[in-house]
Amino acid sequence: MSSGPALLVQKPQATTGGGPDRDSRGAPARRVVTRRGLLRLISPVVLLLLWQGESALGIVSQQKLPPPSEVWSTAVSLITTNSPAYGTLQDAMLVSLERVAIGFGVGATVGILVALITGLSRFGEYAADPPMQMLRTLPLFGLIPVFIVWFGIGELPKILLIAIAATIPLYLNTFAGIRSVDAKLVEVGQVQQLRRTELIRHVVLPGALPQMLTGLRLSLGASWLALVVAEQINANAGLGFMINQAEQFNRNDVIFVCLLVYCLLGLLTDALVRLLERRALSWRRNFLER
Amino acid sequence: MARASGLTREFGERRVLDDLDLEIAPGEFVALIGRSGSGKSTLLRALAGLDRDLAGELTVNGTVAVAFQEPRLLPWKRVWANVSLGLRADDPRSVADAALAEVGLTERAGAWPLTLSGGEAQRASLARALVREPTLLLLDEPFSALDALTRIAMHRLVLRLWAHHGPAVLLVTHDVDEALALADRVLVLSNGQIGLACRVEAPRPRDRDQPALVDLRNRLLAELGVTTEGKK
Repeated sequence: MSSGPALLVQKPQATTGGGPDRDSRGAPARRVVTRRGLLRLISPVVLLLLWQGESALGIVSQQKLPPPSEVWSTAVSLITTNSPAYGTLQDAMLVSLERVAIGFGVGATVGILVALITGLSRFGEYAADPPMQMLRTLPLFGLIPVFIVWFGIGELPKILLIAIAATIPLYLNTFAGIRSVDAKLVEVGQVQQLRRTELIRHVVLPGALPQMLTGLRLSLGASWLALVVAEQINANAGLGFMINQAEQFNRNDVIFVCLLVYCLLGLLTDALVRLLERRALSWRRNFLER
Repeated sequence: MARASGLTREFGERRVLDDLDLEIAPGEFVALIGRSGSGKSTLLRALAGLDRDLAGELTVNGTVAVAFQEPRLLPWKRVWANVSLGLRADDPRSVADAALAEVGLTERAGAWPLTLSGGEAQRASLARALVREPTLLLLDEPFSALDALTRIAMHRLVLRLWAHHGPAVLLVTHDVDEALALADRVLVLSNGQIGLACRVEAPRPRDRDQPALVDLRNRLLAELGVTTEGKK
């Protein structure tokens, strides 16, 4: 879990740029992009083959490190059969997804609302920023025992944990985004005699949006991480529960399947944010030049 | 139109405007020149209502609009939406389109500001200022970042718009020739006050080699501390 501000607040360019598909040099770049995409596939495929080959040679026991082929067939059987020990993979996934959705939804709403209050007024900053900073430095997962005492072992402590994890990056980035809006553009709004609400709507919020979206991505990442940790404690459904069961039955292949599902869900949400960025920030130079 | 008397502005120890008096008549084109750091922009910001730490008296009647040195277009709004920013009209789009047509930017109305050239962006900024039908138009070195050819075209455009809409104009510039080409009256700001004010009577468009203008230019340059000795 990242705790330092350097990791939680990023310059928006840092994440919207970077990556092979961000090469922006007009139309010919597209072909280069797909070629690069293919080139980048090589090393993961080689790793996968090495993993499979290793198991054929029997260097590490299949029990400890099941080969990709076995992980795949386990995944298929977890999807197709409803075993008494695990249930089905898709049910577990839905339960986990629901936890993240609720926790993230609550956390994101709180984070953005508080950032609006602190970002837009000095009074709000003095009133609400210190508690948020305190929350930021709190070791989140150290709260788990306290949460169990307070809220038991049901859904509430899990969702609360995810919500807090989601709140912080969105809060910090939205606040920083609002405060870093170009003062010259705010002056334009004043000269054009915008009312305060219009100034916020037309100048401040759009100006803060790039960094808010960066916060959104970090926030989603933190939510998934919190989910994994939260689900390891006394869950009776979901991917974390599946992992706990598999641990007891010494089924590393099942654990691997669950980890891969976490990965895929994380990638999926990241892709959604990218899509959102591309639509919401279509005015930006790096998107314009495509 | 606009009147300042005893206007004073201090930044820490430094008095940038020191008991300054200024009057701009309706429809008058005034150019304000001065060395960098002389307080030109400070005075303009005061007139624009962007500075609240002023001492002295300042009255500005009617609507004020500003075109800044950088065009300052909101990058997330299309050109026409930038022009109609803050406009209280039933159909802001058509008002914006009319203003863009006046500055020759009709085809770029739907473009993103970051795709405009420097000259286009500055014209959009002028359209945004004009769309409010200002009675006082403040221009803060709006042509200084443009290439020479574009600047000449912009001078013509500003004169045309001024003749058509008739606002009082205060043009802040560091370019003596620009001031002489455009203004009815040229003011030199030095030591926080209007050090020299001279009227330019020559009819427009002005030929910069007219003897009357050459004389004026030398006087203005002398006031700015530039001697013409050694030059032919």
